[in-house]
Amino acid sequence: MSNASTPEERRERRMILLLLAPALIVVGLLLITPLVWMGWQSFRGPEGFTLAHYARFFTDTVYLSSFVQTFRIAFLVTIAAILIGYPIAYVAAKSQGIWPPIILGLVLLPFWTSVLVRAYAWLILLQRRGIVNTALTKAGVIDQPLILVNNEFGTVMATLHILLPFMVLPLYATMKKIPAELEMAGASLGGGGGLVFRSVFLPLSMPGVIAGSVLVFVLTLGFYITPELLGGGRTFLVSMLVSRNIEIYNEWGAASSISVVLLVMVFAIFRLASMIIPFERIMGTK
Amino acid sequence: MPTSLHPQKVGVTIRNAVKRYGTFSALDDVSIDVAPGEFLSILGPSGSGKTTLLGLLGGFVQPTSGSIHLGDTDITHMPPHKRDIGIVFQNYALFPHMTVGENITFPLRARRMPKDQWPAKLNAALEMVELTGYADRAISALSGGQRQRVALARAMIFEPRLILMDEPLSALDKQLRETMQLELKQLHAKLGATIIYVTHDQREALTMSDRIAVMKNGRLVQVDSPKELHDRPCDSFVASFIGEAMLLPVTRNGAGLSLDGQALRSAHPLPAGNDLFLTVHSEKLAFAGPQTAPEANLLPGRVESCLYQGESVRIFVTLDGGQSVSLRLPSNHSGWQMMPEQGQPVTLALHPEDTIVVPKAA
Repeated sequence: MSNASTPEERRERRMILLLLAPALIVVGLLLITPLVWMGWQSFRGPEGFTLAHYARFFTDTVYLSSFVQTFRIAFLVTIAAILIGYPIAYVAAKSQGIWPPIILGLVLLPFWTSVLVRAYAWLILLQRRGIVNTALTKAGVIDQPLILVNNEFGTVMATLHILLPFMVLPLYATMKKIPAELEMAGASLGGGGGLVFRSVFLPLSMPGVIAGSVLVFVLTLGFYITPELLGGGRTFLVSMLVSRNIEIYNEWGAASSISVVLLVMVFAIFRLASMIIPFERIMGTK
Repeated sequence: MPTSLHPQKVGVTIRNAVKRYGTFSALDDVSIDVAPGEFLSILGPSGSGKTTLLGLLGGFVQPTSGSIHLGDTDITHMPPHKRDIGIVFQNYALFPHMTVGENITFPLRARRMPKDQWPAKLNAALEMVELTGYADRAISALSGGQRQRVALARAMIFEPRLILMDEPLSALDKQLRETMQLELKQLHAKLGATIIYVTHDQREALTMSDRIAVMKNGRLVQVDSPKELHDRPCDSFVASFIGEAMLLPVTRNGAGLSLDGQALRSAHPLPAGNDLFLTVHSEKLAFAGPQTAPEANLLPGRVESCLYQGESVRIFVTLDGGQSVSLRLPSNHSGWQMMPEQGQPVTLALHPEDTIVVPKAA
């Protein structure tokens, strides 16, 4: 290694920096500054520096239960997304001709509708005298309407619907990259469909499962609209904890500290996942 | 006593196999008998149907009509995993998430063989392909030639009734390819397994096979031993596909033959039809001299150019009739002694035994 660089190299480096400057300024202003400001706020009280906002994590049981519930819901949504998303991605990856774009198009279709609209739509479907309950009652499946909304079930359902594409797309991309000859080889060597799927296809699709799970899990951790609208007060997630602190108590310090803790947790999850598969693959850039 | 592998020797019979995709015939009435223990190559340009034929044997393609028997068993509609056929795929199709050992023992796992019998089998398979001690390696840590051997060991460990190979050497560089050709041939001699080998490389097919089946447009054109195929091609397609052959249009002259007005003698009966070609391989041509047989056909011409190619010099000659042929001289001392000058008039000799006339391919 030598530190000596020619004038041309130095000029080129200055040029690249200059070209990157607008992007760096935008990122700095819109992303880094608010984050720094948020971090600074979380340590600020009426008398200057304080750890009081963080101390509340250990004294206020609402904090702990909110985090526990958030992680539980994120976990449920992720598991459900794997169970529903895997078969969809599998069929899309295995089908021929016009079917893959049709299946993926149907998966992506909800993206073009606002989250708010979809949350209200679920409210209409799932409420006490909603379409689902009415249909089930008329069909004689149930006597009493089921409580499908204003609880964790409704929250999980609507969040799952909104985040499912984040599971299906990485899975599809991973499955598409598994060469068909591997399954042919498995079959020619005497492996039946079950064995070949279990021992060849499934392990090779695991990077997709991990990528999709990380995305869905992390996005659920910060979800706000669906738990707010469909939780009916029975779900009190971290995002709502943040909003209540600001809306009701005007406690910017408390809200900031919660955000910082959540952010650190999300970073930790990405760090753990990247020990299994590279970060670039989770984000689908590779 | 060390365990060794004993593939079963079973013949293959394909009867009137047809595969149509819409109106396109990928396979058009293919029938062939492969003898037990035979090394048969399927040779043809891309799109000739050889991959479809392989898929048919492997069970990945269902025939539109026709039947396939493996020994006495009708396997026409049998699913791939029940066929007991070992396949070496073009890109090896090794399982990237398994070790060498796990790859090779996959067929044993699929057959639910008790695990205590695996090590002996695995060691025999590794020894066969000279990879002893590689069982715990990752596939990504292997070279191309080693992957090739693992694929081979995996396809042989379950002692299959038939081994299919789909251009298994095409991903290797030339030198390694030639080494592997010899190794495969020795392995075949040692094991005596029935092998069907798909390739588009005529030299590879000539080197390795007991018999070669030449395919074109979904049909079998000629099935013969390498020597027969090379020396007695059935039509102009086979003649141009095998070896370094030049095809010169010739005309029927009574019972004889004429090349641009010059009468030629052939020791072989002429084929039917009027579109006839003389097949000239460069190694069958020589400069006429004292040792030339008196019955040889003499072709006068002029040296166009000489091309140095290392082990030999290729000499291009324009015959007096205007047609172009080439021959080789070895690049040794006596070869250089005989080397003609550019533009020099020469006379080439072609023995009647080597004067092969083929009809134009359909």
